[in-house]
Amino acid sequence: MAGGLLRSIWRRIEGGEAVRAPPSGRRMRTGGGERLPHHATGGQPPEPVHATPPFSSASLPSPALMAPPSPPPGTVLFMHLAILFLLAAAAAASAAALEEEFTEELLLRPLPDRKALAHFYFRSSAPPAASVGRHHHLFPKAISQLVKKYHISELELSFTQGRWNYEQWGGFDPMSTSNAKPPGVELWAVFDLPLSEIDATWKNLTHTLSGLFCASINFLESSTSFSAPRWGFKSNEGNLRYGALPREAVCTENLTPWLKLLPCRDKAGIASLLYRPSIYKGYYHSQKLKLRSSQSLGIILDQTLTVVLQPNTINGKQLHSSHRQLQPSWSMRHLFNRKLSGKCLVSKSSRIFIEVDKGIVDKINKSGSDLSWNNEFFVLSNGPDRLTKDLNNLEVQSSSIYEYDVSNCSEEKPFDVGITWKLPLIWSCTPSPFHVSRFLMGSGNERGSIALSFTSTNLHKKIFGSPNDCSIKAIIFQIVPWYVKVYYHSLEIFIDGNRKAVSDVVDKIHVTPSEDKLLPGTLEMLLRFPCSMRSATLALDFDKGFLHIDEYPPDANQGFDIPSALISFPEFNSARNFPETDPLLGSPLLENFQEDTVVKSYTEVLLVPLTTPDFSMPYNVITFTCTVLALYFGSLLNALRRRISEEERELKKTATRHGLLPLLLAKLRGQKVDPTESGSSSESTGSKKLLFKVVFVAAAAVLFHYFSNS
Amino acid sequence: MESLVKQETQPKPRLIVRLGVFLASHHILFSVICCSAGIIALLLLPSLAKNTYLSENALIPGSATPLFSTEDAIEANRFMKGIEAADGDSIGGIDMAKFIAKQIEELGAEVCYHKFLPHSKHFHPLKFFTSMSNDMAIQPNGTDTNFGINTVGIIRAPRGDGKEAIVLVTPYNSQRVHSNELLSLALGFSVFSLLSRAAWLSKDIVWLSADSQFGEYAAVSAWLNLYHNPVFPSHSVILDTKIHGADHIYDGNAEKAEFEAFKRAGTMAAALIFKVGETRRYGDRDSVTMYAEASNGQMPNLDLLNAVHYLAVHRQGFRVNIAAFSSLLSSAWLRVIADFFHTLGTVLRKINPDWKLDIAVPDYVEGTANLASSIYKQAIGVPTGSHGAFRDYQVDAVSLEFTPTFNVRNENAKSLFLLRGGRLVEGVVRSVNNLLEKFHQSFFLYFLTAPSKFISVGVYMIPFALLLAPLPIVAAALADGSKTMKKLAEKSIGDSKTNGSADFLQSKGGSWKWLQAAKVLLVIQLWAVLVSLLPYYITQIPDATPIQSSVIWAMLSIVILIALYVMSGSPYSAGVEWKLLKATMITSISIGLGLMSIINFATAQLGALIMIPMCLFSRPLKARSGMNFLPRAVLLASNITLAVVGFPPAALLIMKGLSKGSWTVDIGEFWVWMEFLWEWSSATYLYLFLVHLPCWLLCIHVLLHPCSQSESKMKQE
Repeated sequence: MAGGLLRSIWRRIEGGEAVRAPPSGRRMRTGGGERLPHHATGGQPPEPVHATPPFSSASLPSPALMAPPSPPPGTVLFMHLAILFLLAAAAAASAAALEEEFTEELLLRPLPDRKALAHFYFRSSAPPAASVGRHHHLFPKAISQLVKKYHISELELSFTQGRWNYEQWGGFDPMSTSNAKPPGVELWAVFDLPLSEIDATWKNLTHTLSGLFCASINFLESSTSFSAPRWGFKSNEGNLRYGALPREAVCTENLTPWLKLLPCRDKAGIASLLYRPSIYKGYYHSQKLKLRSSQSLGIILDQTLTVVLQPNTINGKQLHSSHRQLQPSWSMRHLFNRKLSGKCLVSKSSRIFIEVDKGIVDKINKSGSDLSWNNEFFVLSNGPDRLTKDLNNLEVQSSSIYEYDVSNCSEEKPFDVGITWKLPLIWSCTPSPFHVSRFLMGSGNERGSIALSFTSTNLHKKIFGSPNDCSIKAIIFQIVPWYVKVYYHSLEIFIDGNRKAVSDVVDKIHVTPSEDKLLPGTLEMLLRFPCSMRSATLALDFDKGFLHIDEYPPDANQGFDIPSALISFPEFNSARNFPETDPLLGSPLLENFQEDTVVKSYTEVLLVPLTTPDFSMPYNVITFTCTVLALYFGSLLNALRRRISEEERELKKTATRHGLLPLLLAKLRGQKVDPTESGSSSESTGSKKLLFKVVFVAAAAVLFHYFSNS
Repeated sequence: MESLVKQETQPKPRLIVRLGVFLASHHILFSVICCSAGIIALLLLPSLAKNTYLSENALIPGSATPLFSTEDAIEANRFMKGIEAADGDSIGGIDMAKFIAKQIEELGAEVCYHKFLPHSKHFHPLKFFTSMSNDMAIQPNGTDTNFGINTVGIIRAPRGDGKEAIVLVTPYNSQRVHSNELLSLALGFSVFSLLSRAAWLSKDIVWLSADSQFGEYAAVSAWLNLYHNPVFPSHSVILDTKIHGADHIYDGNAEKAEFEAFKRAGTMAAALIFKVGETRRYGDRDSVTMYAEASNGQMPNLDLLNAVHYLAVHRQGFRVNIAAFSSLLSSAWLRVIADFFHTLGTVLRKINPDWKLDIAVPDYVEGTANLASSIYKQAIGVPTGSHGAFRDYQVDAVSLEFTPTFNVRNENAKSLFLLRGGRLVEGVVRSVNNLLEKFHQSFFLYFLTAPSKFISVGVYMIPFALLLAPLPIVAAALADGSKTMKKLAEKSIGDSKTNGSADFLQSKGGSWKWLQAAKVLLVIQLWAVLVSLLPYYITQIPDATPIQSSVIWAMLSIVILIALYVMSGSPYSAGVEWKLLKATMITSISIGLGLMSIINFATAQLGALIMIPMCLFSRPLKARSGMNFLPRAVLLASNITLAVVGFPPAALLIMKGLSKGSWTVDIGEFWVWMEFLWEWSSATYLYLFLVHLPCWLLCIHVLLHPCSQSESKMKQE
C-alpha cells in the first residue's frame, strides 16, 4: 500500500521534473551519488526502486505536495516512507551483487623513448535493466537511455589526437591493441536489432552521440562514411557498423562531456589529475568510451583516457642531444601538475598502478637483483601495496605491476608516486609481428596507388621458436571513400621483392565496391605470410574522382583523407596472465588486460590531393554565362523583331536621305534643296533638335562637373 | 552604273565585319601599331610591377618569437667540427653520411639512407607530356661502385596526424667537401635538432642531406622518385645485393640494417632547399638569393616566396636577391629608355595622379635586369636548382643560397650568421606548418622584377596579346588580297568573254589555291619533326664530339629537306603565290605560339618577340613594289637581319655574344645547348623545332620567292 502511494507521488514528481529539465537523470544521479548508503534496493520489485530517487529530492518538492492535503496525512506519508527505507536498507545487503558500481584506476608506465604513458580507466556498471528500471545512482542516465533506445549491445567511441608509435611504445601489449586508436574519431557499434533497422538506428545514434560529445560525429550519418564489415574488423552477423572521421579535431570540448559521465566528474578522485594543459601537451591523447550491454550483465561502461606525456625533468630544463642517456625521473605531480587528494567517494575502488615493461624486467633479472620497488635501476617513491607479476605462456615473467591503493589519501596527505632512475637503461617494447605502414604512390590529380608495406619484426621467432615453414595470418580492414576509386583487381603483392600470385597469399577476401556518392569501398582481406618473409608490399591502384562543387568540405584544398586501415594478427594474443589476481579484489583494468584480444595495429591516415576547383570560379562562370545569354537573346530578339520589307524601306530612306553636312554645304553654296523631298525640312529641323539636345546635355555635364569640382 | 545600284540595294554588313574589313585593308598600319605597342608594353612591364603581398592569412610569418638560440648555433658548430673530423678519415664520403645518420638518431628522430645512381643522359623530348615515369628509378646493382648516398631524417610531429610533411634539403658534395657546404649541413642539422624538440609541429619534418656529387638535382629527384614511385621488385634487389663498397656502412649490425628501409612521411606540403654559398669579403650585409624557376617555366606559389622574403628582410635583416642579367645593369641604352619612361611617367602623373608609371631610373634598370633574367630562365624551361624536382610532383619549393660576408675563421660572425640563418629557416617552417591547406591562394603565373615585386599573368599577357593580334588580320588580308588580285585579272578576261561558267570555274580554282601553300607548310612541318627526332639517332653514335654531332645533324637535315622536295615537288614549281605562302605561315605561327603560351608562356613571349616581326616584314626580295629606293632598301635590310636573327643557332650566338661578350663561332655549342634542353625535357626544344624552325624556313621561302608567275600572268593579260 505504501508502495502504491509512493508510486503515485513519484509519478507526479517525475512528470514535473521531466518537463522542466529533460536530463533529469543526471541531476538526480549527481545528487544521489552522495547518498550511496541509502540506495540499496536492487533486489526488490520495480516499485520500490522507483521510490529511491525521490528520497533525495523528496525534501525539496514535499512542501508543494503537502499544500493541498491536511497535515495529518502528511505525517502518515512520512512514516510510510521511513518504514519503506528501513525495509529497503535491510534488503540491500542481500542484493550487493547487482549494485551499480564505479571504479577508478590509473596506470603509469615509463616508455623507452623518455616519455611516460598514463592510462586512466573508469568503469561504471549498471545491473540488468529489468531490476533497475529507469533510474540510476551512479550510472550515467544518458548512456543507459542511449543503450535502451538504440538496442546497443556493444559500442566503442574514441577521440584521438596524435599517433601511437608502435615501434617505441609497443605493439604487442593490451595497451596498444585496445587503446591505440587512429587519429580523429572512430565509432563502431553492434546492435541488437533486425538487420533492416540497423542503418536507420545508426544514423540516430550518430546524432545522439554528436550532441552528447560536442563532436561532428553526425557526419558519420551519411551512407558514404560508414560501412558494415563482416569479419575484417570483428566477426559479427551483419549487425556491426563502423565509421571513422580522421579529420576531427579533439579538444577539451570533447573531454568535458566525457567527464560528465563520471559520478565525481573531475572534482575528486583520480579524474582530478586531468589538468587540461598537461594532458593536451602530450604526444598522444586518446579518450575512449566503451559500452557493453546484455541481459545478463547489464550495462558496463568503460571510459579510458590514454595519454603519452613528456615528463618535465626535475630541474625543468630541456636536455640537449649530447646527454640524453639517463631516463627522466618523474612523479605524478610532475606529469599532471596536480596532486591526488582523495578518492571519488562513491567509487568502489581507487587504485594506481605503475607498470614496468618486460624489457626492464629482463634487464633486472639479468643483473641478478630482485624486482622490488627499490632495485638497482630505479626506485619508486613509495612502497607499493602489492606487486603483480604477469606470466606469459612459458611461465616467464614478462612485466610487473606495482599497485597502490589511494583510498586513504586526503587533502592533508596527498598521494604522489614517482620513479627515479639510478642507472641509464635502454630497453625496447615488444613489437607487433609486423610493422605496418601505408603510403600513397604516384603524383598528379589523376591516379595513384595505395601501398601497404609489412616489415617483419621477427617476433614469431621469439614466440614460436624458428620453424621456417610456418605462416602468419594477417587481416586487413580498410575503408576507402568513394571518390578514391580503388581498382581491387589491380591488387599486387610483393614478398621480399618478388611478385606473388594473389591466390598464394590471400586466403579470404571480401570486397564491397564503392558506389559514387552512396557507399564507401570496404576491403577485408585475410593474408597468410610465410614466417621467413622479411617484407611484403601490397599495392592497389586507384583513380581520383570528381566531386560536385557543394560536396567539397571546408578547407578543401588540404586534400582528402583516407581513414586508417586496421591490421590484425589473429594468431597473436596480447592478453596478460596474472596468476595471483584475486578475482574478488580484481580491478577492471587488470581484468581488461587479461581479456583475449588479438594484436592489432592501425596504419597512418593518408591525404589524397584531389582536383579542387577555384571556388571563386562560380562567380566568373555566372558572369560569363550571363553575358553569353544576353548576347544570344539580344540577337535572337533582334532577328525576330525585324521585318525584311520594313528594312528595305528603311534602307531606301537612308539612301535618299542626305546628311546634315551635305545639306549645310549645299545651303552655303547657295544651291536649292530639292523641293521634291518634302520631308527634308522636317528632317533638318529634327536633326537640329538633336544637335541642340546634344549640345545642351554636354553643356549641362560640363557645368555640373565644374560646380561639383569647385 | 549598274554596280552602283547593286551596291545601294545591298544591305550594309554588320559592324564587326566592317571593322574586320577596315582593319584588313589597313593591315600594314595595324600590324606596325600593334607590334610597336607590344614592344612598348613589354618595356613598360618593370614599371607596372606590383608589390608582393601575402594572400594566405594562415601563414602569418614572423608572428612567433624564433626559438633558434645561440645554443643551437653552438650545436651547429659542434656538428661542424664532428663532420670535419668524419670527413678527414672518410672513404668516398660514406663516413659523412654515417656521421649525419648517427647525429639524427641521437636526436630521437628516424633516419634512413637512400642510395642512388646518376641518371644517364636520355633523349626524351616528350617526357614533359607524360607524368614522371619510372625511367629514372635506376637502382644500383652489384657492380657499381659509383653511387650517391642521401641521408634522410624524419621528425614525426608530436601531436600531428602525419598526413603532411615539410621537406628541408641541404645539398653537399660528399666527394669534395667545401667548408661552406659543411656550414650549410651544420645549419640544416641545428634547425633539425631544434625542430625535433618543438612541440608546435603539426606536419612532419623531413631533412634530406642530398649527396650532390652528381649534381643537386639528380640527388633530390632520385629521392623524390623513390618516394613517389617506388619499384618493388628492384627495391628489394638493393636490400639483397648490397652495393659493392657500401658493405662497410653496415658493420654487420642488425640495427643498422633498418636504416636501409626507405622511410616516408606524408604528402609534401612544401620544400625549402638551402645552402651556404661562397663567403664574400666585401658587402655590408649577408644576402640570400632565391631561386624558384622549375621546369617549363613553372613557379612555386608566390606566397612561399613572399613568406621567405618577409622573414629574411623584415625579421633577420638579410638582403634578398634574385638572379639578374648583370650586363643589363650597366647598359647605356636601357638607361636612355628608363629616362624616357621616367619623363613620360611624370608627365602622365601630372595628368592623372593615379597613374604611377614614373619609376625611378635605377629601379627601372634593375627591374628590367631581373625581369629579363626571370623571363629567360622560365623560357629556357630548365629548372634553376633542385627545387625543380619538387615542382614535378606538384610540391612548392624554393632554393635559398646564403652569401655570408664574413671570414670563415671569424667564429663570432659565423655564429651570428648561423643564428640568423637558422631563425629564417625556422620561421619559414613555422609559416608552412601553420597552413591548413596547401598553397593555393596566391599566384602561380608571374614574373619577378625584384624580390618583392611581381608582374602577374594579367599584366604580362598584354604585350603578347598585342604582338599576336595582327597575325589573323594580316593573314586574312593577304589571302583576300591574292584572291582579289586574281579576280581583277580574271575580270579583265571575263569582260571580254562574258562566259559566266568559265569564270566561275576559274574563280573556284583560285579559291582552292591555298591548298598548294598548305601542302608546302605540311612538308616543312614534316621536315621539322624529322629534324627534331634526329638527335635520338645521333646520340647513339659513340664518342662523337659536339662539333661532329652538330655537323651530322645539319647535313642530315639538309639531305632530308632535299629528299622531301624531290618527293613532293619544289615549293615554287607548283606556282604558289608568296602572299598565300605568307598567310599560311602566319596562320601556323599563330597556332604554334598560342599553344606554346599555354605550355610555357615565357618561351612564347620571347618567340613572339623574334618571330612576329620576322613574319610580318617578310616579302620576296624580288617583289616589285612602287616604293622608292630608300624604303625598299630599309625593308630588304630589315628582312635579312630578322631572318638571320630568327635562325636558332644565330640567335644563340647573338645571345651568347650579348651576355658574355665573346663572338667566336663554335658549331658544337649549338649541339651542347640543344642537348641541355632535351636532357631536362624542356618544352622549349619542341617549340624551337616544331614551331620556330619551320616558320623560319617558310620565311626564307618567302624571301627567296621568284614572284614571277603571277606578275607575268598579269603582264600577259
